[in-house]
Amino acid sequence: MTLSVRARITHSNFIFDVDVDWPAEGVTVLFGRSGSGKTTLLRLIAGLERPSGARVSFRNEIWLNGRCWVPLHRRRIAMVFQEASLLPHLSVRENLLYGYKRTPIAERKLHLDEVVRMLAIENLIERNVNQLSGGERQRVALGRALLTSPRLLLMDEPLSALDTQTKRDILPYFERLVMEADVPIVYVTHAPAEVERLADRVVFLRDGHIDRVETLKHALSRSDSPLFNDEGVVSVIEGQLGLKKEHGLTPFHVGEDCFWLSNPIYSDSVGRSQRLRILAKDVGIVLTKPENTSLLNILPVTIQCIEHAREGHVLLGLRLSGGQNLFAEITAWSCSRLQLLNGVNVYAMIKTVALAE
Amino acid sequence: MEYLRQSLSAEDWTAIWLTLRLCLYTTLILMVIATPVAWWLASGRSASRTAVQAVVALPLVLPPTVLGFYLLITLGPRGFIGGTLEDMGFHHLAFTFEGILIGSVLYSMPFAVQPLQEAFANLGRRPIEVAASLGAGLIDRFISVILPMTKGGFIVAMTLTFAHTMGEFGVILMVGGNIPGVTHVLSTTIYGYTEGMQYAAAGRLSLMLLIFAFIVLFVVYWFNRGFEMVKP
Repeated sequence: MTLSVRARITHSNFIFDVDVDWPAEGVTVLFGRSGSGKTTLLRLIAGLERPSGARVSFRNEIWLNGRCWVPLHRRRIAMVFQEASLLPHLSVRENLLYGYKRTPIAERKLHLDEVVRMLAIENLIERNVNQLSGGERQRVALGRALLTSPRLLLMDEPLSALDTQTKRDILPYFERLVMEADVPIVYVTHAPAEVERLADRVVFLRDGHIDRVETLKHALSRSDSPLFNDEGVVSVIEGQLGLKKEHGLTPFHVGEDCFWLSNPIYSDSVGRSQRLRILAKDVGIVLTKPENTSLLNILPVTIQCIEHAREGHVLLGLRLSGGQNLFAEITAWSCSRLQLLNGVNVYAMIKTVALAE
Repeated sequence: MEYLRQSLSAEDWTAIWLTLRLCLYTTLILMVIATPVAWWLASGRSASRTAVQAVVALPLVLPPTVLGFYLLITLGPRGFIGGTLEDMGFHHLAFTFEGILIGSVLYSMPFAVQPLQEAFANLGRRPIEVAASLGAGLIDRFISVILPMTKGGFIVAMTLTFAHTMGEFGVILMVGGNIPGVTHVLSTTIYGYTEGMQYAAAGRLSLMLLIFAFIVLFVVYWFNRGFEMVKP
């Protein structure tokens, strides 16, 4: 049950040459810089590119192989594009129903009411498309895609045209979709934060070639991962959100450990599985648990490995009591001063903890 | 209006109906031909597209008599098309309504193709890709997305084609001669009146055409605000 693509496209100064497959389930992120071929790969899967000699197959079906070709409208794929791609001559409701009406009745798994509720677009439905903000448009585009009950959902940088705040508002909807819609997703992005929040596996592309395909956990466990190019090494920790306490902080449970979050949390995400995102340079090490400190998040950890990082620094691989990994970047001098070694139990002090977004 | 009805002769009315018929058929035929041609022209750049675009635009620069001359040669009894038709037992097409219809279609081609090409180019690929991803097939996409989104282009193309066919003179005179009820359209009727010194009759028809042309152009520019187009 895989999605597999084999193609070679040569433009004047760009060679795209891939031969790749991955399981057709969960969220697969195509990650790379602009010009690395992410969008080309996505368009190949969609059938919007049809180079000679290419082969594309999905599960047991061959979508492209020589003369054999299934056009996009027969593949039952839905797409969400980078820029708002709502049909301007139709209302929001007509846009939402455009694909639904063209889906065979027996194949309709999602219906208007559910999707509208899921994306919180009840009050937009009677509006005109050009009265919507950028974030609202993307939510409607996502709803429209879902209403075709697709077998595969392709998203081409759906958040990149939105500002940071809108992105933050809309991501929970994407996350919820990933969990509830149960459709394999291929998601193109160059933003590591989106990868960390949504991905199950990552396809790394560079200069038109596939670098490697690995699970998110794998991708995040090596310190040289391309995901860390922008902000340095990041740890992603999975856990459950608790209820906000009267002192204004929200607990985040990871096994027996508990992190405290101070930034606003969406009430409907309580109890759900979530991901925390912690920068390695925001993590410090202390040998004994300090009692009088303003820092909230101090957790017992075991040192797993010590690697050289950028000049004068080392990267510590730490293990939380529940078994998840946490990275800390400290100076080499501190490391030798504290005599840190593999297997030593210490405490990690974390300055900033935020939900992945 | 009442004045016009009383003052127009039976011959004038025949010419008016013939002209309207010619304009209507030309417009319908051109919409069918020009839509795929314009789509193909708008869908990329290549040497073959440039060549076709130049051929389509030829009637804009050639004297109508040149086009008419070639058509007369081709459609006439000894021409390639006319001759073939004669061999098959049909009549050749010179000095017939079908003949001037073919001439009109060719002569008005740029006025149908260019606004459509512009509209399709402005539309871009994305709405069509979106519609395809939502399960719409080729014809479905054309009816539910392309047509409504390029409505303005179609209105402009149809009005310009209709109006330009009405203003045709040289091609018709060359291909059709001046046979009442067959090829005797308004423009050639006016020419006939003027030659016969019937200035009052020529003036009435001319005024009619003038007013009609103004209305058509007004409508076109009204629908066409903020939209690059061919200058008739």
